[in-house]
Amino acid sequence: MTTPATDAVKSPSAPPPEAAPTPITPSKDASQLRQKRMIGEHFERLERAPEEGNKVVYTFVPGNLTELLSALDLLPVLPEINALQSGMRGKSRGYIGEAEKSGHSEDVCTYVKCDLGMKKSGNISPTGTQLPDPDLLLLSYTGCFTFLKWFEILREEYDCPVSMLHVPYQADGKITPEMRRYVVDQLERDVIPALEKIAGKSLDMDRLSEILELSRQAEDDLVAVWESAKHKPSPIDGYFGGVYYVGPIFSAFRGTEDAREYYRELRAEVEERMAAGRGPMTPDGELTEERYRLVVEGPPNWTSFNDFWRMFSREGAVVVASTYTKVGGLYDTGFRHDPDRPLESLAEYCLNCYTNHCLPNRVSLLEQYLRDYEADGFLINSVKSCNSFSVGQLLMLRTLEERTGLPGGFIESDLVDPRYFGKANIENRVQSYLQMLASHKKGPKRRSA
Amino acid sequence: MKCVVGIDLGSTTTKALLLTEDGEVLGRGITNSRSSYDVACAVAREEALTAARFAMLEHQLATSFHHDAGRTGNGNGTGGGSGDVNGSRPLETLLQEAFRLELYLDQLGHLRERIGELVESPQHEEWRNALEPAVAEILDGAKSHAPELFLGDAPRKSDFFRDLAGAAFVEGAETIAERGDAPFERLLALYDRAILDVETNLETRSFADLLRRATERIGEGTPGNGNGHLGTDDLARLRRVVDTVAAEPIDELAFVGTGYGRQTLPFPKESIRSEILCHGRGAHRFFPGTRTVLDIGGQDTKAIQVDEHGVVTSFQMNDRCAAGSGRYLGYLADELSLGLHELGPLALQATRKVRVNSTCTVFAGAELRERLALGEKREDILAGLHRAMMLRAMSLLARSGGIENEFTFTGGVCKNPMATKVLRELVDDNYGEAITMNIHPDSIYMGAMGAALFALEDLDAGTAGLLPTFVQEGGTTEAAQEVRA
Repeated sequence: MTTPATDAVKSPSAPPPEAAPTPITPSKDASQLRQKRMIGEHFERLERAPEEGNKVVYTFVPGNLTELLSALDLLPVLPEINALQSGMRGKSRGYIGEAEKSGHSEDVCTYVKCDLGMKKSGNISPTGTQLPDPDLLLLSYTGCFTFLKWFEILREEYDCPVSMLHVPYQADGKITPEMRRYVVDQLERDVIPALEKIAGKSLDMDRLSEILELSRQAEDDLVAVWESAKHKPSPIDGYFGGVYYVGPIFSAFRGTEDAREYYRELRAEVEERMAAGRGPMTPDGELTEERYRLVVEGPPNWTSFNDFWRMFSREGAVVVASTYTKVGGLYDTGFRHDPDRPLESLAEYCLNCYTNHCLPNRVSLLEQYLRDYEADGFLINSVKSCNSFSVGQLLMLRTLEERTGLPGGFIESDLVDPRYFGKANIENRVQSYLQMLASHKKGPKRRSA
Repeated sequence: MKCVVGIDLGSTTTKALLLTEDGEVLGRGITNSRSSYDVACAVAREEALTAARFAMLEHQLATSFHHDAGRTGNGNGTGGGSGDVNGSRPLETLLQEAFRLELYLDQLGHLRERIGELVESPQHEEWRNALEPAVAEILDGAKSHAPELFLGDAPRKSDFFRDLAGAAFVEGAETIAERGDAPFERLLALYDRAILDVETNLETRSFADLLRRATERIGEGTPGNGNGHLGTDDLARLRRVVDTVAAEPIDELAFVGTGYGRQTLPFPKESIRSEILCHGRGAHRFFPGTRTVLDIGGQDTKAIQVDEHGVVTSFQMNDRCAAGSGRYLGYLADELSLGLHELGPLALQATRKVRVNSTCTVFAGAELRERLALGEKREDILAGLHRAMMLRAMSLLARSGGIENEFTFTGGVCKNPMATKVLRELVDDNYGEAITMNIHPDSIYMGAMGAALFALEDLDAGTAGLLPTFVQEGGTTEAAQEVRA
């Protein structure tokens, strides 16, 4: 689960290589350039961390406590993001092979194997810098059981401490005061002391609040970006393009000035596109005719990301909303980090990850997206090795079809193991699905002669 | 005559189907999908056009010969019952058989030409003196035995040239090798190479020419057809009918293509429809009560739900593994040195239940060998393998939303009687006996039917696709175009 935030592939806001239309504005690349710089600087900081005496914490995207880390000047490394970037750069197959050689099964989450393989291959970051070893493993989301096992293995590899935050599952579809209290208690008693010990300093609550205020501002702008897709045509692709947009906020940058500026710029760019009636950027340039509006559930495939995207964009299919882009925060249903309730809002953030929601909640969210974004149908990309997402997806498909009457599609692929991306098969399904949508849009009038 | 064309390019066979503007079937054709998709499509389409012309011919014969005193033509319209000449077999059937024979002889000629060229290549220099007479003997033999293959009621194991010529060639090559005149492998290598070339070169076929030759063959009274000679008047009348039918133009107004791996389909993009939509639509046309379709083809299995108009509402296919598709049976047949069509009947003879878990094609082969080694009977194991395959299909059906009445089973595997028996039992167990299960003998054409229905729809909408250029430029001979023009 996570986001690509990388310059390895062409960003949706990058200009198309050929036949580019007249530029909308000279600043249209500003957000993209900024994100690229932010990522580059972060990896350089990480490389220098040992010599500069900075401490490093490995952690996951869902329920990440980035603000807490930066308030203590700790640097985060996100293994999931490294794995997906390795997938996009064609390195994951080799890394997975390395992990399998050391005994990890073919059916294990491929993020885990990719990360372990990268470690065994020298722990070089996706941008080519050296990644430092962790001083602490911070497991701040337990909704994914694989995360526990992942850090259990990393603890053996690096011989370093683990701090675990147990996050109760939203089995009844809501966060109770007791659940929030339970998480805040753990933060106060276990997590913050563990982080303070590594950082060698005490947490400054005022500084934490300042950081949370920056988070909140960025979150407001991101929600505006998501909601721009309600416009017809949508100026963004909320899945393939969306994974770039969540880069800064889901990873090391939430609560920084840079991230706040990134989202301010991005929002302005998107609003300008919307005002001009322009469609989203795609790997082939701007989408000129929006033929289908889709909602997508499930993570994308990273090893053939652009091929996968083109299967949609070349047919004029735009994803107007997706759940995957909410794995690191369901901001569009109202959650914001709150400088006035710092620990409580951090607890709510952890509890509110998309995959921490029960199936009925997930179905309701998808249903709401289908209605609010006036979508023609929905598609599920099911990744078997990612249980957090895939368990229950067929049930979700049926329930949604029944509730909305809109056609659902179902495909299977993988996160970063290229062996599980059968291009011809997947393309066949996607095209069949889109043609099925076209039949439905035409209405029932047809000759059966 | 005006029509629309649907082509279904499958992994094993390619099917074409022509519909009139009123949606009536005008003709159907099938061929093996060989390595050139262009050619497979062109041949299937030619076959469908040929069938359409034979349908016209049948009609014309019924009209011309029916009212003639002394003839016993029944003129019942379908099933080849028009214009019996001497009371034993319908004239149209005789013409069809003779037409097939002429076509086969032409193809043998192409094969002979190609093998002749190959024998001249340096790699055969050492053996050339032995190979040349051997090949001539084999092909002469094939030619002289050809009438037995086509004339009369003798059943053929296949209708594809590759299979028929291959069988004749192997037989001849064995005889020669036994005599020690030339090595079997060398002869077979020549055939294997040549058949590829012959199959992927667009054959030049003229319906008019072939049919005229067929007519003359009947006129002469070929031994083996059991009909004797046609009278002079009859022959003259037959020639007139043949000329009329051969000259009747067939205009293709719209075209839609479908099939597996459609990115490489030799069709224009706007003329391509998903095979899932086509199979759903085709099944619904054959059985309008259809709501759930199971299609098991050569390399995948699809579970499709359709609405009352035949529009697909949901479908499931496996992306990550193709276990349990038609190829599974093909592999098992190879393992047992049986023909694909022999598997089902053999499995039906099972007396004991053998439980097989694997639907992986390769593992199933291993399981088969292991159980044979343990002394289990072929039919019992085969029954277990069929059941494993259909259990997997049931799981896919469940994923797609279950079985709604009526349920239509399509694809090559529905011709296997054990597969359909097991499926029926599983449907009864899981969904109750009230489910109507449809299986159509022509279900192999469902995809092409769906494509043709989409072509009709395009025609109505004013968005009819044009025929692919490969057919117009290289697919038919000038003679055939002249006939169609």
